[in-house]
Amino acid sequence: MDFLIMNEGFPLLSTLVFLPLAGAFVLLFLPGENVQRIWTMIITTVTAVISFSLYTGFDSTTAKYQFGEHVSWIPSLNIYYTMGIDGISLLLVLLTTFIMPLCVMGSWTYIQKRVKEFMICLLIMETAMVGVFMALDFVLFYVLWEAMLIPMYLLIAVWGGPRKVYASIKFFLYTLSGSVMLLVAIIALYLHTGTFSIPMMMGQDYSNTMQIWVFLAFFLAFAIKVPMFPFHTWLPAAHVEAPTAGSVILASILLKMGTYGFLRFCLPITPLATLSLGPYILWLSIAAILYGGFTALAQSDMKKLIAYSSVGHMGFVTLGIFFLNKQGLEGAILQMINHGVTTGALFLCVGMMYERTHSRELADHSGIAQNVPIFVSFLTVFSLSSLAFPATNSFVGEFLILASAFSENKIIGGAAIPGAILAAAYMMRLLQYVLFKGPGRPDLADLNVREIATLAPLLVFVFWIGLAPEPFLSVLHTSVDYLLQQVDVAKSAQMAMVMLP
Amino acid sequence: MEIVNAVNSDIVTSTKIVWALVVPLIGAICVSMTGKKPNLRESISVISAVILCSTVLTMVSPVLDGKIFYYQLFKILPGITVTLRADAFSMIFALVASSLWVIAAFYSMGYMRGLHEHAQTRFNTCFAIAIFGAIGVAFSDNLFTMYLFYEIVSVCTYPLVAHHQDEEGYEGAKKYIVYLTTTAKGLLLPALAIIYVMTGTLDFPYNIQDGMFAADANGAIVTMLFIFCLFGFAKNGLMPVHHWLPGAMVAPTPVSALLHAVAVVKVGVFSTTRMMLYGFGTDTMSALNLGIPTAYFVGFTIVMASVIALTKDNLKARLAYSTVSQLSYIMLGVCLLTPHGIAGGLIHISNHAFSKITLFFCAGAIYVATRKKNISEMSGLAKTMPFTFGAFAIASLSMIGAPPVAGFVTKWELLVGTIESGSFGIILVLLASTLLNVAYFAPVTYKAFFGKRPEGEPYEGIKEAPLSMVIPLCTCCFISVIIGIYPNFFMNLVKAVIG
Repeated sequence: MDFLIMNEGFPLLSTLVFLPLAGAFVLLFLPGENVQRIWTMIITTVTAVISFSLYTGFDSTTAKYQFGEHVSWIPSLNIYYTMGIDGISLLLVLLTTFIMPLCVMGSWTYIQKRVKEFMICLLIMETAMVGVFMALDFVLFYVLWEAMLIPMYLLIAVWGGPRKVYASIKFFLYTLSGSVMLLVAIIALYLHTGTFSIPMMMGQDYSNTMQIWVFLAFFLAFAIKVPMFPFHTWLPAAHVEAPTAGSVILASILLKMGTYGFLRFCLPITPLATLSLGPYILWLSIAAILYGGFTALAQSDMKKLIAYSSVGHMGFVTLGIFFLNKQGLEGAILQMINHGVTTGALFLCVGMMYERTHSRELADHSGIAQNVPIFVSFLTVFSLSSLAFPATNSFVGEFLILASAFSENKIIGGAAIPGAILAAAYMMRLLQYVLFKGPGRPDLADLNVREIATLAPLLVFVFWIGLAPEPFLSVLHTSVDYLLQQVDVAKSAQMAMVMLP
Repeated sequence: MEIVNAVNSDIVTSTKIVWALVVPLIGAICVSMTGKKPNLRESISVISAVILCSTVLTMVSPVLDGKIFYYQLFKILPGITVTLRADAFSMIFALVASSLWVIAAFYSMGYMRGLHEHAQTRFNTCFAIAIFGAIGVAFSDNLFTMYLFYEIVSVCTYPLVAHHQDEEGYEGAKKYIVYLTTTAKGLLLPALAIIYVMTGTLDFPYNIQDGMFAADANGAIVTMLFIFCLFGFAKNGLMPVHHWLPGAMVAPTPVSALLHAVAVVKVGVFSTTRMMLYGFGTDTMSALNLGIPTAYFVGFTIVMASVIALTKDNLKARLAYSTVSQLSYIMLGVCLLTPHGIAGGLIHISNHAFSKITLFFCAGAIYVATRKKNISEMSGLAKTMPFTFGAFAIASLSMIGAPPVAGFVTKWELLVGTIESGSFGIILVLLASTLLNVAYFAPVTYKAFFGKRPEGEPYEGIKEAPLSMVIPLCTCCFISVIIGIYPNFFMNLVKAVIG
């Protein structure tokens, strides 16, 4: 257990995982919709507050997993309840706990039927999502990974839009088929190593062929989740039909699971395959960036526009990961957080307008700037953040990724640039509609205090990460260094093998 | 105040520079909140303009004494910060932008009220933010800060261009934003990333010789970066990325005047020349032989834009192409890489600003008084609008480069610089452009003073525009003459840049 720094005293990680679940259980017995809303708000807020002590207690000088918990679960199969976080998962856990209260606030009036069930789904989602980022045992990881599917399916299928059945089934089938491949990979690794412990699977000398196959299985599972081009078609459907909170969770956190999977599994467990297949994934990322950009430019539905922009943005993240250098990886992880903040905020914005106009069409919102100035100010800032305007969060991440691209391969770097231009184009188009074109909607009311309170924290993060990203980057350095070292060790070991007579 | 380090001059950390930057921003916020009360709103505009201008003025004499004001606001990444710096070069542009904001604030009050324009609060707010961006560019200590404020100017002037909210406005605004963001994202962003990868920082050095690149840097890449920067700062109006400028002339005249003759286009030229002198440095530029070929290239823009200007009957369109041509004078001067050439280029930042804003103010005054946009309809108008057309005549002399108006100083320095550099083709460019300037400006004045009103269009009802427009335009015209006769005020700053 030398990879784990055990937690002394209060079991922080387990609390974060099980508090929402316990909250969901209590919710079963609570009467009254407002009581249920307030209870969920309290639970998610308390979780967020507790999770903050992870940041303050985090030791950024070590690459080991911290706040570790290790309990035997199914001894006969060597399955343990192992939890721990490092720099890579810390920020994602915080993002999750931080986004959830905002989701609850964002659905306060949006959800009018089956409020209790909706809130239960949200809380179970939180348990699963937080757990996925903390799990260090592959079976535990897989159970939580699959556990996310059901509440998400329900969120879309019960509270979704007109084509909710189509969208939810498509989402379910896509993700499930990816998960099956993940299960195959897990079993293959177990048969080889005899353990389900994720850190113990790293740094083993699997044969080249095995690495390739395991990598491909991983890749399919995670690429569907990201989603990478050409596995992205479930995303726009799911986003468009999902309720606001569903879209926010999907965009801010679920998509990050895919890229988190690349970082946690592909790179350290199958480094040789990563090295040999990485270049192809770079080009796939470029395809995603360009495809997402062009498609977003053609949308008239605001949610679809943002959904396709996600494809492009996540393309930047995978681009940063597979250059396998420090700037790229740190940029990619930061960009995951940025995308969570910005795209989550944009979906919240669209949801707020949908509540008023019952439309997501750009044309129905043309010229509303004169009627809802506060809303439009928020939308403008988040759109600028989405197009990586300097001094906003996305710029820092995108710049790091571009810098790593230009230091490794100028052609791929150059190929990503049109993606940046397209991001500006589709976001400016959105803004042009909302700010100017058309007569405006005098019947619309501007944001109320609750809605402002939902968006304001995200606004703070847009500028905080944009102007002073050091607190966010500093926790990454050691973990990213260690990750790169794992890949390098495999690389030099392979070279040594080749050199042997 | 603490002294950071000493190069040739003292670098002083001072919050004064931050105040200068935030005054227009605070002004913008106050303006947007007082939209319901026009008088209060416009007073705030004027007051912030005056505060900004006086703050900048107090910085002039320390800078002339060799001090450099410096303040680091944010640290983004190692080597990338948001940092402000006021050196002699910054002061040239900051002075021009801040002093003309005062004048333009009065003028736009007259113009916008005279025409009963809509959305004046939005107009004033965006105007102030644009000045904030321009001052930010002037005070940028590194390429990232410059890029940041450059983009702020692009975004916040978009509503100004689209102000009329009709088809023509949207078309112009679309062209405007497409040209500016595409070049910024497509050329500047990769340039920033590549420079950061190559040098590990984006900070400008403190003299115009060294540049940011090591002596053994790959020449081909540096040349490529140079081209990226030349076209990336598309606000400089260089052909072929100049189309946005004539398109943006659909904006109300105060916008065309301050932003498209001064703030926006000068942001482009200032950024380009800052990058040439401080980013690449004269040493690198001459080592890679980037100077004279670029001078010929911008020479093409000078001549070509003047030829196009000849064909335009719409006065603002003619002025727009004249701007395209005149902006390239600034870059041409710097590309000569001789002391007089650089001096001629840099002094033209202020000379062109004061003269061109006069011309635009005149165009606006003519429009408010007569609703006439085309030159062919302006015959004989000078009889009833002597001040406006008198100012126009004097300012166009400055554009032509006749003594004693400001433009003459530029022409003189540029000619000396050209002879120093020994490239006589450039002299032909300057001569051709001067003749073309005469050809497209002289008819306007001639027709106005000596032409006859067309049949059926009497003088009745036509008089000078409101005083709040005539006084600003006469003031600008007066300053154009003053800095032509006493060029030393700006020349001292230019000399401090050259060292």
